[in-house]
Amino acid sequence: MSKMAGADGDDSLYPIAVLIDELRNEDVQLRLNSIKKLSTIALALGVERTRTELLPFLTDTIYDEDEVLLALAEQLGSFTVLVGGPEYVHCLLPPLESLATVEETVVRDKAVESLRKISHEHSPEDLEAHFEPLVKRLASGDWFTSRTSACGLFSVCYPRVSKSTKSEIRQHFRTLCSDDTPMVRRAAASKLGEFAKVLELEYVKSDLIPLFAALASDEQDSVRLLAVEACVSIAQLLPQEDLEKLVMPTLRQATEDKSWRVRYMVADKFSELQKAVGPEITENDLVPSFQNLLKDCEAEVRAAAANKVKEFCENLPADSRETIIMNSILPCVKELVSDTNQHVKSALASVIMGLSTILGKDNTIEHLLPLFLAQLKDECPEVRLNIISNLDCVNEVIGIRQLSQSLLPAIVELAEDAKWRVRLAIIEYMPLLAGQLGMEFFDEKLNSLCMAWLVDHVYAIREAATCNLMKLVERFGASWAQSTIVPKVLGMASDPNYLHRMTTLFCISALSEACGQEITTKQMLPIVLKMSEDQVANVRFNVAKSLQKIGPVLENSALQAEVRPVLEKLATDQDMDVKYFAQEAMTVLSLA
Amino acid sequence: GAGNAGVGGGNDFQWCFSQVKGAIDEDVAEADIISTVEFNYSGDLLATGDKGGRVVIFQREQEGNNRSHSRGEYNVYSTFQSHEPEFDYLKSLEIEEKINKIRWLPQQNAAHFLLSTNDKTIKLWKISERDKRAEGYNLKDENGRLRDPFRITSLRVPVLKPMDLMVEASPRRIFANAHTYHINSISVNSDHETYLSADDLRINLWHLEITDRSFNIVDIKPANMEELTEVITAAECHPNQCNVFVYSSSKGTIRLCDMRASALCDRHSKFFEEPEDPSSRSFFSEIISSISDVKFSHSGRYMMTRDYLSVKVWDLNMESRPVETYQVHEYLRSKLCSLYENDCIFDKFECCWNGSDNAIMTGSYNNFFRMFDRNTRRDITLEASRESSKPRAILKPRKVCTGGKRKKDEISVDSLDFNKKILHTAWHPKENIIAVAATNNLYIFQDKIN
Repeated sequence: MSKMAGADGDDSLYPIAVLIDELRNEDVQLRLNSIKKLSTIALALGVERTRTELLPFLTDTIYDEDEVLLALAEQLGSFTVLVGGPEYVHCLLPPLESLATVEETVVRDKAVESLRKISHEHSPEDLEAHFEPLVKRLASGDWFTSRTSACGLFSVCYPRVSKSTKSEIRQHFRTLCSDDTPMVRRAAASKLGEFAKVLELEYVKSDLIPLFAALASDEQDSVRLLAVEACVSIAQLLPQEDLEKLVMPTLRQATEDKSWRVRYMVADKFSELQKAVGPEITENDLVPSFQNLLKDCEAEVRAAAANKVKEFCENLPADSRETIIMNSILPCVKELVSDTNQHVKSALASVIMGLSTILGKDNTIEHLLPLFLAQLKDECPEVRLNIISNLDCVNEVIGIRQLSQSLLPAIVELAEDAKWRVRLAIIEYMPLLAGQLGMEFFDEKLNSLCMAWLVDHVYAIREAATCNLMKLVERFGASWAQSTIVPKVLGMASDPNYLHRMTTLFCISALSEACGQEITTKQMLPIVLKMSEDQVANVRFNVAKSLQKIGPVLENSALQAEVRPVLEKLATDQDMDVKYFAQEAMTVLSLA
Repeated sequence: GAGNAGVGGGNDFQWCFSQVKGAIDEDVAEADIISTVEFNYSGDLLATGDKGGRVVIFQREQEGNNRSHSRGEYNVYSTFQSHEPEFDYLKSLEIEEKINKIRWLPQQNAAHFLLSTNDKTIKLWKISERDKRAEGYNLKDENGRLRDPFRITSLRVPVLKPMDLMVEASPRRIFANAHTYHINSISVNSDHETYLSADDLRINLWHLEITDRSFNIVDIKPANMEELTEVITAAECHPNQCNVFVYSSSKGTIRLCDMRASALCDRHSKFFEEPEDPSSRSFFSEIISSISDVKFSHSGRYMMTRDYLSVKVWDLNMESRPVETYQVHEYLRSKLCSLYENDCIFDKFECCWNGSDNAIMTGSYNNFFRMFDRNTRRDITLEASRESSKPRAILKPRKVCTGGKRKKDEISVDSLDFNKKILHTAWHPKENIIAVAATNNLYIFQDKIN
């Protein structure tokens, strides 16, 4: 008989007793906590009591909050050892079965995941005796929640059961594919691919293909669109010569579906489809389909297709790639550049630069460059941003200089956009641009923008501008900082606006490390110390914070002689926050 | 009489009283006024919402218990506060708790789910039963006294014991912040995973499991609000075509949209409008043609619209005019002026189909409600009143006298009580059982087969 792990002494039982009682505590957090320690409880109870008492109790605990049920479903997936090993793993089926019927999808999915996991721990006999009957019960359950859960379990038991059971499972799957409720048909459609993978090829052809075709022409849009995904898995399984007959009719139908959501799904899965059907079908079938999707009447579909332009072109067979792109794809792309919908244009802008590496220098200059230039002048800031953020691809092929004349006005306009989020986005590309355009160009054209952001009226922009300066200094070096940035930053220390004075402090905090000890000690520190007498408390406590930040860059002598007295004085400030941050700085810098 | 016979299914039968719910008090609290009535898909549950933000669910008793005459009465199953009054601090607007609509979800497991909405926020409620309770603690004894922690020598696992049935209603999801104007309709799609919600100017599409975003599918808000000429009054999903929905407008028109065609359904695929009769044109024409409710038939072939004076049945295949028009209270046409003055002309009457789509029902004033048999074209006026509320009492048809000499049993137009209005009614999806909301009372009537 197994010995109870906790039976040695009273004190070791107490924490377990608390855990068990808290399984029913009114506070969800405590219940959740207890459920997460279910293995501790089970270990203390021993395998036998876990099987005969704990699991029956848990089986009926399906009234709880989702998060508790979710944790329970997850725990049970790794409970096999705690019920006595694989021999007893089937004891876990009842609680997971009831969890697989709750209405909350996340809980159900987790229960199915755990069931799939423990299915592998069943012996072939137990699988037939316990697991497969459970799958059947779920598959023929009254409520669709149980039938949807069944769909996820067929594929794990199918490979390990007898021939006759296999045929029953296929029958169940067939039934669920034509279930009355769309939820179950959706579940079946979404599991079609994984079920196909474990099925013998002959049954894939004889059983699944008709089901696949039926789901792909379901009356519900939401079912049909899932068949598109199944298309990918099925196409991967079938030999090339069967694809034309068994998969392509369905795929063609989906590409021309009346519902834009189905066509959207095709566009969204286009790269996967392309890989699954291979080069020949791609050339003959998918290229025209892709052209149609790029010209679709629904903007959502065009945007999804536009997103795939680069990937599709990359995956074209090498020998015909350039011809196909130049003759079939580029004309559509050209039209999309002036699309009426900004999401379409912006989706295209996020990938179009990638075409330059595929097409090479001459084609890029002749055909793509005009498009880039047009997009840099687009009315929608997102389009311009997407072009700018992908400049590196073009830089590699033709060099950025080709673009710089158009780039500059685009950048300036974005930098001054009325929407602060747009300004924020362009700031983030500044270090990248600086690297590609070079110091000289940057100083001449962009530096003033970077300084202007420091006094933006939106804090997030000032903050990003500060961070941007740091990255620029990292790139261009300390001497560049000293000559171009530092004087301007320090100049703001006497600005009448206290927000600008604070920006000086933020910049110093950010730049000191990159600028190094000399600049920090000689130029920045005096300014910071002087600002400790500012009238505004916010500035004073930011002085304390800045000192804390730049302290490590300074020599100890400077710390002791210059920083300490100032912090000591601030530590007696009449403002509570100034005091607090001064004391904190002293502690951190070991000056206290 | 001819009008007395079975409006509602073809068979000859009469309607008789079954139950009345709610207080008898003459003095009605505003919060108790019923604002929506809805049967679930099986008809076993009946939900009402009221102006106080409460939802009351009635469950039909199993037939065949001791009282021989009871044919499955509806008794209270669960009552809960769905919405509370709120205040929008940004717009300085009070948000009433009144339940505008309730829609049941198709049953998915042992629990029941419904959507309830006020002007701004839609909530998904779960109504579930519990009949077991866990017993036995480690740190407490049976009487709840704490045990000495050092005396615990063995662990107890709680055991589930049967207990009295408890029905719980719990809020599962809250769909908020998507409507600038007042929500007038919610409707569950036949894909069982999405639903739409409509306010005065926009229609949104939601996924039932996702609360933090919805898709705007119709937006009729003009760039300049001064150019506003019509508002959306009601919207509904087609019962079996997941891509089709309709919405009605204050101008008396209905637009049918196909969600397959594009993501934004600003362009309708069908436009239902009856040409105006120039001879009956008046100052009130536009007001009374405003559609207050639109409902697809169960078959999905027809839809029914209610305007102030009539109910119209449209064949979805014919946009130019309705296939049937039923006058609800034509005698009010001469009273429009006073109905305008007391605001009654803006009352939003709803309408409903019976289970087999061959009869329709809608409300009127004076606690009268009307039924129309689509096959025989017979119609009947019945009254929801306490006076005839004896068990199994047969409802006498009522007649309103329109000018001339008043016959016995007739009531004159001038003595109608316009404060007693029946706006919300529901018909059991399979049987001849109807629920009629009269102010704070819910009447349930059923057929009595001759």
